[in-house]
Amino acid sequence: MFDVEAIKKDFPILKRKIGDKKLVYLDSAATTQKPLQVINTLVDFYQNHNANIHRGIHTLSEEATTLYEEARQGVAKFIKAKSPREIIFVRNSTEAINLVALTWGEVNLKEGDEIVLTVAEHHSNLVPWQLLAKKKGAVLKFIDIDKQGNLRLDQLKSLVGLRTKLVSVTYVSNVLGVTNPIVEVVKLAHRQGAKVLVDSSQAVPRLPVSVVGLGADFLAFTGHKMLGPTGIGVLWAREEILEALPPFMGGGDMIREVTLEDSTWNSPPHKFEAGTPNIAGAIGLGAAISYLSQLGMELVYEHERDLTAYALKRLSALEGITIYGPITGGDLKTGVISFNLNGVHAHDVAQVLDSEAIAVRSGHHCAMPLMDRLGIPACARASFYIYNTKDDVDKLIEGLKKVKKVFGV
Amino acid sequence: MSNSFYREEILDHFKKPRNFGKLQDADRVGRAVNRLCGDDIVMTLKLAGDSGRHKIAEIKFRGRGCAISLATASMLTEMVKGMLVSEIKRLNRNDILDLIGIRLSPTRLKCALLPLEALQTALFDEGRSKRIN
Repeated sequence: MFDVEAIKKDFPILKRKIGDKKLVYLDSAATTQKPLQVINTLVDFYQNHNANIHRGIHTLSEEATTLYEEARQGVAKFIKAKSPREIIFVRNSTEAINLVALTWGEVNLKEGDEIVLTVAEHHSNLVPWQLLAKKKGAVLKFIDIDKQGNLRLDQLKSLVGLRTKLVSVTYVSNVLGVTNPIVEVVKLAHRQGAKVLVDSSQAVPRLPVSVVGLGADFLAFTGHKMLGPTGIGVLWAREEILEALPPFMGGGDMIREVTLEDSTWNSPPHKFEAGTPNIAGAIGLGAAISYLSQLGMELVYEHERDLTAYALKRLSALEGITIYGPITGGDLKTGVISFNLNGVHAHDVAQVLDSEAIAVRSGHHCAMPLMDRLGIPACARASFYIYNTKDDVDKLIEGLKKVKKVFGV
Repeated sequence: MSNSFYREEILDHFKKPRNFGKLQDADRVGRAVNRLCGDDIVMTLKLAGDSGRHKIAEIKFRGRGCAISLATASMLTEMVKGMLVSEIKRLNRNDILDLIGIRLSPTRLKCALLPLEALQTALFDEGRSKRIN
């Protein structure tokens, strides 16, 4: 158990008023708030250490390079990667997945090959594969979910076959909050000779993640969903895979030697980091990882698990509510709860909650196929993180009661 | 602050929409959908008067959506009954904002403009509307 009140003091934005009421921020699945430790790291970099990296000999450049590469090492350690050479800094999870599609996918896929996804993927783990499949004449297959939102493992067995080159799944669903059995997915996929990409955008912030333990081939996550700044994300991939790949973008830093006609490439990870990167962003992500490591990811996970169980209990007691994904707490559901109130559109729910300074998200959550699968046009979503408390949940419940009153449902 | 967004009038039109339904032998049909949130409005109308000076004789709307899109659709159908088609061509977002009388964020504005889009599609967009006569 950590001291949430002490943690909240680290987040200046939580003191904000919306209108005359104090902010209740329940949209961390969209983006997390930032602690002073991360904000100050960004300021400190620009105030005291700012220079371009990798190319200079002067002191500032050495300092900036050290800070940037230390952040890379911090990321490697955080996800238990074999080496920092397996950590590529990108803009966000979306870019990480596109990088895989445009390099690994480009080289390894041919006509008739298959990519297995799920019906519950975020658009960022769907659209890049649609684009790739169209280009290459490959086929996309989709694992369905059951009534609780869990992955149909039986379908996984039947859909993954000899023609499957890649299985790309989300670790924690940004709509259903469900945690998928990645280890099992990897075992099944590898048995058929397929590679596995894990979209860990909602997972790395919420639970201890070990790439060694998971056994996957690619893993994507993003800084702004884990206390870090926007504009920085990570692609982890096995070193032997990265060695064999063509470059992603071309330009400075990813080269070894350049003539007018031709160039040779730098080694991974630099081969995939062209041009000046988001230096401050990477260092800020390093600070976010330090903050989370100090709390301990086991405790982060437990805090969210307990809060989610409490929220599900209180939400289920409301009349006329439909909750998507698992409706009991426990190990299967993380702090992402999507729901609808009968007779009230999700936008109207979010609007009334906003008048009580409660921030939730409403819409399709970048998962239109999942909305279709659930048979709904949209839904509302409340999500928790380390700075949320039972009091926030209680306020959400009172807010939802007000929604029902305003709309007479 | 609490109820200023969902004014009495808006809630009234949402809970008891005027002109809700479908005209059996409509002259024009138009549909507008906001794929982002599922708001979906279909306008069916009957015209009267000579060609060149057509008026809205009858109008009904059907659809599903949030309170803003449905309430606005209801209010819009009340407003345009008897109006010249040429007048309806000139309606724009400011007229809609005057009609519903609340300030809207860019996201919610799309909800409020959907009924007008459906109406103008029915009258002016050959490709997306159905013309019967």
